[in-house]
Amino acid sequence: MHRFANPARFLRLSAVLLPWCAGATVILTILGLWFSLFSSPPDYQQGETVRIMYIHVPAAWMSLFVYTNMAIAAAVGLVWKHPLADLFAKAAAPIGAGFTFVCLVTGSLWGAPMWGTWWVWDARLTSVLILFFLYLGYMALVNAFDDPQRGMKAGNVLLLVGIVNVPIIKFSVDWWNTLHQPASVVRMGGPSIDPSMLTPLLVMAGAFTAYFLSVVMLRVRTEIAQRKIQTLRLSVAGDGVVTDGMQG
Amino acid sequence: MNEFLHMGGYAAYVWPAYGIATLVLLGLLVATWKGLRNAEATLKALESARPARRRTRNSGRKAADQTAGTPVEASEG
Repeated sequence: MHRFANPARFLRLSAVLLPWCAGATVILTILGLWFSLFSSPPDYQQGETVRIMYIHVPAAWMSLFVYTNMAIAAAVGLVWKHPLADLFAKAAAPIGAGFTFVCLVTGSLWGAPMWGTWWVWDARLTSVLILFFLYLGYMALVNAFDDPQRGMKAGNVLLLVGIVNVPIIKFSVDWWNTLHQPASVVRMGGPSIDPSMLTPLLVMAGAFTAYFLSVVMLRVRTEIAQRKIQTLRLSVAGDGVVTDGMQG
Repeated sequence: MNEFLHMGGYAAYVWPAYGIATLVLLGLLVATWKGLRNAEATLKALESARPARRRTRNSGRKAADQTAGTPVEASEG
C-alpha cells in the first residue's frame, strides 16, 4: 500500500481509475434505480415503502464503511505521519456525513408510516445520530486550527476515539430492545432476504461505493492542490513581508 | 404510470427519500467539482505568476548566501 501513498503517484493513479469509477457509478445507479423502483416487488407487510430500504440500507452501510476507512487513515496518519492519509480522511468526511444524513432522513421517512413515528431515542437511531455528529465534529475540528497540521492531528485523534461507536451501531439492534429491526443481510447464516430484494440492495450499495470512490478521488486531488497553494502563498507572503519591510 | 407515482399510497414517503438522496449526492458532487476547478485555477495562476522569478531569485539567494553570508533580503528590492 505504501507504494501508492505518494501524492504524485496518487494523482497519476487516480487519473487512470477515475473514469472507471465514474462510469461504474452511472451504470450501477441506473441499474440500481431500475431494480429498486420497477423490477422488485412490494413487501407483503410494508407495501411500497420497502423501496425506501434500497436507499436507506446502502447509505447506512456507507456511513460505517467511510468512517472505518477514515479511522484507519487516521491511524496511518498519526503513526507514519503520512500526509496522504490525512488528506484522505479530510476528503472523505463530507461524503460520509452526507451518507449518514441520507440514512437518518430516509429512516425517518420510512419510520413515519411503518412505526408510526419519525424518531425514537433508541439505541440504533441514537448511535447513528452520534456518528453524524462525529463526522461534523471532525470537519469542524480539522478546520479550527491556524496550523493545518495541528488540525489534522486533533481530527485524527477524534476519529480514533469515535471508532468505538462503529461496533455499537452494528450490534445495537442485538444488544438492546429497539424499534429498529435486526440485520437481515450481513448476519450469521446468510441473508434472510429474498433475492428479488437483495439484488437492488447490493446494486445500490455498489453504486454508492463507486460514487464514494469517484468523489473522494476528486476531493483528495483538491486537497493536494490546496496544499500546494498554501505552500506557494506562504513563500509569497514571506517575500512580501521582506519587501514591505524594505519600503517602510 | 399514475399508479407507479402513487406508490401504493406511500408516495409522500418514498419519493422524498429518493429525492433527498439525489439532492445530497448530486450537491456534494457539484460542490466537489467546483472546489477542484477553483483550486486548480488558483494553483495555475500562482504557479504561472511566480516560477520564473522564484527560481532565479532562489538560486541567486543560495549563491549570495554562500559567498557573502549576509541576508540576501537586504540586497533585494
